Amino acid sequence: MSGTSPNAGSPGLTDVLTLTGRHLRHLRRTPEKIISTAMTPVAMVVILGYMFSSVMTIEGGVDFEDYVMAGVYAQVGLTCVGITALGVATDLSKGLIDRFRSLPMGRPAVLVSHTAADMVPAMISMGAVTVVGLLVGWRTDSDPLSILLGFVLLLSFAYAMLWLGALLGMVLRNMEAINGISALVMVLFSFLSSSFMPLNGLPDWLRTIVEWNPASSLSAAVRDLWGNEPAIEESFAVQNALPIAAGSIALLILVLVPTCLRMFRTR
Amino acid sequence: MEIAIQAEGLGKRYGDHQALSGVNLEVRSGTVLGLLGPNGAGKTTTVRILATLLDHDQGHARVAGFDVARDQLEVRRRIGLAGQYAAVDELLTGRENLTMLGKLLKLGKRGAVARTEELLAAFELESAADRPAGTYSGGMRRRLDLAASLISSPTVLFLDEPTTGLDPSSRMVLWQMVRQQVAQGVTVLLTTQYLEEADFLANRIVVFGSGQALAEGTPDELKYKVGGEWLEILLANPQAVPHALSALARVAMAAPVVDDTGRRIHVQLNNRMNAIAASAAALEAIGVEVVEFAMRRPTLDDVFFQLTGAKTGGSTAEEER
Ligand SMILES: Nc1ncnc2c1ncn2[C@@H]1O[C@H](COP(=O)(O)OP(=O)(O)OP(=O)(O)O)[C@@H](O)[C@H]1O
Ligand SMILES: [Mg+2]
Repeated sequence: MSGTSPNAGSPGLTDVLTLTGRHLRHLRRTPEKIISTAMTPVAMVVILGYMFSSVMTIEGGVDFEDYVMAGVYAQVGLTCVGITALGVATDLSKGLIDRFRSLPMGRPAVLVSHTAADMVPAMISMGAVTVVGLLVGWRTDSDPLSILLGFVLLLSFAYAMLWLGALLGMVLRNMEAINGISALVMVLFSFLSSSFMPLNGLPDWLRTIVEWNPASSLSAAVRDLWGNEPAIEESFAVQNALPIAAGSIALLILVLVPTCLRMFRTR
Repeated sequence: MEIAIQAEGLGKRYGDHQALSGVNLEVRSGTVLGLLGPNGAGKTTTVRILATLLDHDQGHARVAGFDVARDQLEVRRRIGLAGQYAAVDELLTGRENLTMLGKLLKLGKRGAVARTEELLAAFELESAADRPAGTYSGGMRRRLDLAASLISSPTVLFLDEPTTGLDPSSRMVLWQMVRQQVAQGVTVLLTTQYLEEADFLANRIVVFGSGQALAEGTPDELKYKVGGEWLEILLANPQAVPHALSALARVAMAAPVVDDTGRRIHVQLNNRMNAIAASAAALEAIGVEVVEFAMRRPTLDDVFFQLTGAKTGGSTAEEER
């Protein structure tokens, strides 16, 4: 019997594309997953940007609906944790992963394709948030390049969160535990941040913690890029939000990706 | 002849549980080795080590000429694996499942499609090919799983309990497919709890128990190990049993045994024709009514029960008194 073709085993783009195709088919066949991912942030836009904005005022000449949008996008990124965590844990609970592992292909392909495909629900959620945001009156006040840079920052944050999800999925394995933890991550990081309200009312110690929450620097950086940042006196963490946000996202990706790949390989 | 699978002193520990201790295996190319053993014996652990899915901590193993720890990629290029639980993607259709694996095996898009069609036809899955695999019956899922393990035309095939949960006719279909592979020169290592399956498919059998190989041989050799043929006598009246036992004890080589029904007697005989005649005469003389009188050969069940220490379902005439 002949073996496989000579180039078998080269870990590469074909594997990633093939497996990404698999995940995209899954998403097409379970649209409820995309819809439920998009629902929370869209509801946030409606509740905060439409209902709350009539009573909330922010110092520094920014409308509340403009203020919260960056935070809602950051929240989309945080919900990404759950998407990949569930996907990876589901895969691991079935025998299919063993089949993949027994193939002469590069093992990174499995996780790389998971996270690549899960960018789709993230982008669809962000699209929905954009549409509803514009409907409730959100406007940017900035140049196109900065607006684009804002979105790039948000998408890279989402990507980092997908890898955090992959890690959670491998560690926890159990669906209920994953749902619980990823909901906690989402609530903790998005509400203990400057995403939905400025921090000037907080006691100093809490304010410091909250300011250094990556979701805070991310939403502050994006608001700044989009011209949605209130002009008030700012601390170091807020003034340097962009480098802090970019740096922490890069750091997350640099730490999470190799950790996940090593863990997947040696499980 | 070439050795396709070889394991020497294979050991594996999970925490403080020694799952495998010193397993030796040798499978010649183009033959089938059956790993037979009760739950928890270490069958799956052995298969996973040989298929490069699990690292072992003692001994070494070679599959298709390559070391499973050092040359994982080379091993993976030559093996097919159907694990204990059917590994199919339930959201994808049967056809998509196979094509995806074909692409991952670098057959190219066209090659993957062609191989998929071939296997769908061979495994009689064409009519269900465009349904999600999640809607398949257990038997169809198993067939798809086996088809998936064959995409790369492997030279060594690992099947972990391939027919557990299948009805007799699906089981037969699967057995035929395995035999076809063997006829084409594929080496198969199969684990099973069904003695019948090992008897039907395997050239050699290794009986496993608590992480060790307890016995090895062809099905016939193993059957011979537990003893020769015996005579089985079913009496019409259970009350006549003690009577019959003492009559038979004089002609048998070992004490006759009564089974759970309380009226079926097993007698080990040494020299066949004379002993049969003598037994018949002994029963005739005491005038008991005999319903059945037949020679039996040991089955693999007997081997299995004896070697793995499970209850045999009989008690000796000694204990009976
Ligand atoms: N990941 C694991 N962690 C801890 N113990 C394990 C693990 N996998 C298997 N074991 C233990 O190792 C032993 C052998 O398991 P294995 O799955 O190889 O048995 P098996 O012969 O395949 O059994 P079965 O017929 O039930 O499939 C069992 O006692 C099992 O509990
Ligand atoms: Mg098993």
